Amino acid sequence: MHSFGYRANSLLTFAVTILAFMCAIVSFSFSNQTPSAQIQILNINWFQKQPHGNDEVSLTLNITADLQSLFTWNTKQVFAFVAAEYKTSKNSLNQVSLWDAIIPEKEHAKFWIQISNKYRFIDQGYNLRRKDFNLTLHWHVMPKTGKMFADKIVMSGYSLPDAYR
Amino acid sequence: MGYIGETIDSIKSIQIRQLLTQAISLGMIVTSALIIWKALMCVTGSESPVVVVLSGSMEPGFKRGDILFLHMSKDPIRAGEIVVFNVDGRDIPIVHRVIKVHERENTGEVDVLTKGDNNYGDDRLLYAEGQQWLHRHHIMGRAVGFLPYVGWVTIIMTEKPIIKYILIGALGLLVITSKD
Repeated sequence: MHSFGYRANSLLTFAVTILAFMCAIVSFSFSNQTPSAQIQILNINWFQKQPHGNDEVSLTLNITADLQSLFTWNTKQVFAFVAAEYKTSKNSLNQVSLWDAIIPEKEHAKFWIQISNKYRFIDQGYNLRRKDFNLTLHWHVMPKTGKMFADKIVMSGYSLPDAYR
Repeated sequence: MGYIGETIDSIKSIQIRQLLTQAISLGMIVTSALIIWKALMCVTGSESPVVVVLSGSMEPGFKRGDILFLHMSKDPIRAGEIVVFNVDGRDIPIVHRVIKVHERENTGEVDVLTKGDNNYGDDRLLYAEGQQWLHRHHIMGRAVGFLPYVGWVTIIMTEKPIIKYILIGALGLLVITSKD
């Protein structure tokens, strides 16, 4: 009962249990989060119907964002991405990711970037002419340990031209 | 002669009782571990509530050896979620992020495209021959939480099975030789 092995064993079990408890509790700490973002479409580079029948468009986007308030001591990285969301007659919801980035530190979380879409904006069909869509900036906070959480800012009012170019 | 026979009998009976007690306590430990596992499966609604990250395709977010907690609900699959899916014909599940979603109006069926954060291209190369999209039945769960480094135990035991045997042998020895 009082041997070294027994004492070491119960001490270790207790320490591991406390550590697991702390890792779980960490998920419930929320800080004041006030992220902000703005996206502008600078240019429609081209807009065509592909040989297999689907519409594709290439855009140049100007993305400004401040995600610094999402970083806490438990944040390993923030994964941010911009998705275009729209509705067609066949599909009630389409979400197409256009650009993403991994933000490893708070200093990099306030940024301004001008790029063309990293991933191809292809529809299932040829419904994109004169289509209104939302651009949403999503972020996914990945912790050093514990629960991950995600949220987004929806910006609406963007639309594609009537004709191919 | 009778005295020797008596002592031999008493020694044998003590050993048998001790052995049985130890076997039963071992069985209890294994059974309670199984109960906890099955209960986790019920609570999270997923066939494998905990997975170990095996590749570096989601770095630096998830490194090899991390453990992911999964949860599956009827909520629709949306872009940005980290999902675990099985490709037909492969038995190792893959943990990647959803980058494209096309959801049908009437049926609610959904076409999903995934990509590992650290990969250059999307996962179409990983899907089965001719498959362009994932569907709901491929997806086993969403990653909701994670613990770093703890999964290395499983990786080591799978890749070097000799360590598994040594561990089980040592545990067995400990159980047999312990007096309480």
